[in-house]
Amino acid sequence: MRSESDILIIGSGITGCAVARELSRYNASVIVLERESDVAEGATKANSGIVHAGYDAFPGTRKARYNILGASMYPALCKELGVPYRRNGALVIGFDEADRATIENLLARGKANGVRGLEILERDEALRLEPALSPDVLCALSVPESAIVSPYEMAFALADDAALNGVSFRFNEPVRDVSALPDGRYAVVTDAGSCVCRVLINCAGASGAEIHNRLSSERLEMVHRRGQYYLLDRADPQPFTRTVFQCPSVMGKGVLVTPTVHGNLLLGPTAEDIDDPLDTATTAGGLSEVLAKAFRTWPGLSVRSNITNFSGIRAHLTGDDFIVGPCDGCPGYFEAIGIESPGLSSAPAIGAELSGMVAAWLHLSRKEKTVPLPRRPKPFHDMTDEERARAVQADPSYGQIVCRCETVTEAEIRAAIRRPVGAYSIDAVKRRTRAGMGRCQGGFCMPRVAAIIAEETGLPLQEITKNGGASRLLSGTLSSFGKENADHE
Amino acid sequence: MNERFVNILIVGAGPAGLAAAISARENGITSILIVERENEPGGILRQCIHNGFGLHRFKEELTGPEYAQRDIDRVTELGIPVECSTMVLSVSPDLTVTCISSSKGFQVIHAKAVVLAMGCRERPRGALCTPGTRCAGIYSAGTAQRFVNLEGCMPGKRVVILGSGDIGLIMARRMTLQGAKVLACVEIMPYSSGLNRNIVQCLEDYDIPLYLSHTVTDIRGRERLEGVTVSAVDENRMPVPGTEIEFDCDTLLLSCGLIPENELTSAAGIAISPATSGAIVDETFCTGVPGIFACGNVLHVHDLVDYVSDESFKAGAAAAAYVRGGRTESSFIAVRDGDGVRGTVPQKIRAAADQPVSLMFRPAAVYRNSAAVVDWDGKEICRKKAMIFTPGEMALVTLKAEDLRGISGGTLTVRIERS
Repeated sequence: MRSESDILIIGSGITGCAVARELSRYNASVIVLERESDVAEGATKANSGIVHAGYDAFPGTRKARYNILGASMYPALCKELGVPYRRNGALVIGFDEADRATIENLLARGKANGVRGLEILERDEALRLEPALSPDVLCALSVPESAIVSPYEMAFALADDAALNGVSFRFNEPVRDVSALPDGRYAVVTDAGSCVCRVLINCAGASGAEIHNRLSSERLEMVHRRGQYYLLDRADPQPFTRTVFQCPSVMGKGVLVTPTVHGNLLLGPTAEDIDDPLDTATTAGGLSEVLAKAFRTWPGLSVRSNITNFSGIRAHLTGDDFIVGPCDGCPGYFEAIGIESPGLSSAPAIGAELSGMVAAWLHLSRKEKTVPLPRRPKPFHDMTDEERARAVQADPSYGQIVCRCETVTEAEIRAAIRRPVGAYSIDAVKRRTRAGMGRCQGGFCMPRVAAIIAEETGLPLQEITKNGGASRLLSGTLSSFGKENADHE
Repeated sequence: MNERFVNILIVGAGPAGLAAAISARENGITSILIVERENEPGGILRQCIHNGFGLHRFKEELTGPEYAQRDIDRVTELGIPVECSTMVLSVSPDLTVTCISSSKGFQVIHAKAVVLAMGCRERPRGALCTPGTRCAGIYSAGTAQRFVNLEGCMPGKRVVILGSGDIGLIMARRMTLQGAKVLACVEIMPYSSGLNRNIVQCLEDYDIPLYLSHTVTDIRGRERLEGVTVSAVDENRMPVPGTEIEFDCDTLLLSCGLIPENELTSAAGIAISPATSGAIVDETFCTGVPGIFACGNVLHVHDLVDYVSDESFKAGAAAAAYVRGGRTESSFIAVRDGDGVRGTVPQKIRAAADQPVSLMFRPAAVYRNSAAVVDWDGKEICRKKAMIFTPGEMALVTLKAEDLRGISGGTLTVRIERS
């Protein structure tokens, strides 16, 4: 298949989705190419979910600028798109005088970056705010502007909005080659064919440097930095309201303990440099490191509450700052590379600026009308009895609870499959509805979700995947399988 | 909102809920309602198509569906309604239950007694913190059983089973009979938590190796499972480096324990025992909230459905007595786990108890030629000898009414005395 578009975006993580949504406001054809089967499959689905206040990045860096700007855009954007967001505040805790020096540095950096409300608290005040904290805490930086968000739900909403406004998303298309054509356009070859575009935007996350190096003579070097996590059950008591960081190091912001917007508790990440940008396995060593460090923050931690472990890969550039904008020597090629932390916080700002640059370069006019993203109903889990009664009266499929642990209804699963950028795998449904995110981890609902996907898509059950590609749930039917042995039964 | 009144509401139409309903009806209670989230009654027995059920209760070998059908038939005969495809959303301490279904919408049901019989669920991978990739092909044994027995689908072709719980053992045989190759059953403990007959009939008869004191230490495969690493563990259950065995497999089934499903119970403010993960109950299976009873696997995980039924008949009768107002106020005798004993049920006995009381518990390890002893404030009141106590089989000591005579408070301790 060969296609043409004005703009082609590689990657549908939070950055690619933010850029796509902004560009959908212009009169231009936009295609998004994604290697995986869904939006947000890379670092976006596997990070700490923090909208950082911006005290950590060095003043004058792009990280600092986009962080501050992006974080300020979050409240209105989340409200508009119906994405869970909560300004829960954060503490950066110190255990000794060396940590106190670090915290004083962070305070100065934060003030220089324009972060409001920062102050250093002494032990007793920190413990008063977060009683589950270790009594070994010496002092803490209080960051009232720090917030939490559901990063993948943000990406889904941005993608839905972009798709409603004309952006075409193509999944399962890893980019195999990128080249500049003699006529000034770019050609991108994927497993499914090729695309030619006037503007190419690289939002390829872990593959960002590789794509850059195919087009530019100025080589970038990227380090793939893996972070492993524990996710604790939201049914268990919630000991923290704030995000609690330990002091950052050159490798990152350190192990944190934070509530998520859904009321789980998240512990992590580690920071290990690895070779394979797709190796999101967890390791015994990584998991025990997270526990050991999280215990330091929270001595009352119990792994009995663990419901899953996961890891994500941060795309770290050796230059240590984001690259955002046009690339020298490659007219029409724009990029957002090295978008590690605070990438989630920065995404709305990067989307706005990068799309502005592209629109100016292509002399695009703004559309007169945009299609607003329809308001999604409140999750059944959060409804009052009266709201539940009304919902099931209006749509009887609200009366079928598919996921017991998270109380997710058939109506919500069907709605997720039918979203503008729809969910066609177990994980895609899970991240849009929370079905399978509870303590039984899909043991009960997974076969039922698979059956609903099969029904909605018309695919046989055997074709349904956990997560796209070859991740099929089943290897066949009983009649097609091991027939000769089955006959003995 | 649809509002209704019943005498006894039973949550769940598995073996526990069905038996409790039958018993309550036979004890004279009319207006009983069973609410079931699945589209048919029978609970987990529906997918347990192997035989071996009912040996104690019916003195014959039945399959799971056959066993369930006997109770379903009796419930029908007694005219007890079962509302299926209906999910209970809340149970409150004033015995008001809310539930939802497509056909009847949102309902509020007021009951004079509630019997909790929601059963249990399997421990997932997350609870084990097993490192590795998060690919397709990793299922709890019960999920795989559902795929094979109810959906007619095979989850995979080359299988490793982690944990030697009964469902895992049954699935080792089931997958083998269906043409899959089961490479190993791996158990972290030095003994199996499954029934001995299942070890023999499901593993040994099919030459499936059982690796005791081993566990899965790595999971490979980006999209679908490609293999697992199995390592020996030391006495602290920590992997021993250098003992790794690699298995190429596309399926990993987890049979690592069951957890009573007590979200509704906790939300109702009922105290849960950390030892059983079920409600704390007295000898009538009454929870800390008067009028709310619990029985079957939601109370504590049983080995045999026969015992679930037996317990639930008692709970149903107790709920009936409660509705009739036959319950007398009483002080309690506490029941405590002693040496070698875990999760004794009931956790308290009413001093007014005038019937024999069965104390059920799990031995903490394997004990040969030992005795289960019940002490009251340091004085032995009952002793039961056994050739073997093992964590895989629930143990039982029955106190006769005369054993309890004169006891109206204090603490009973259940312990195992090694010879």
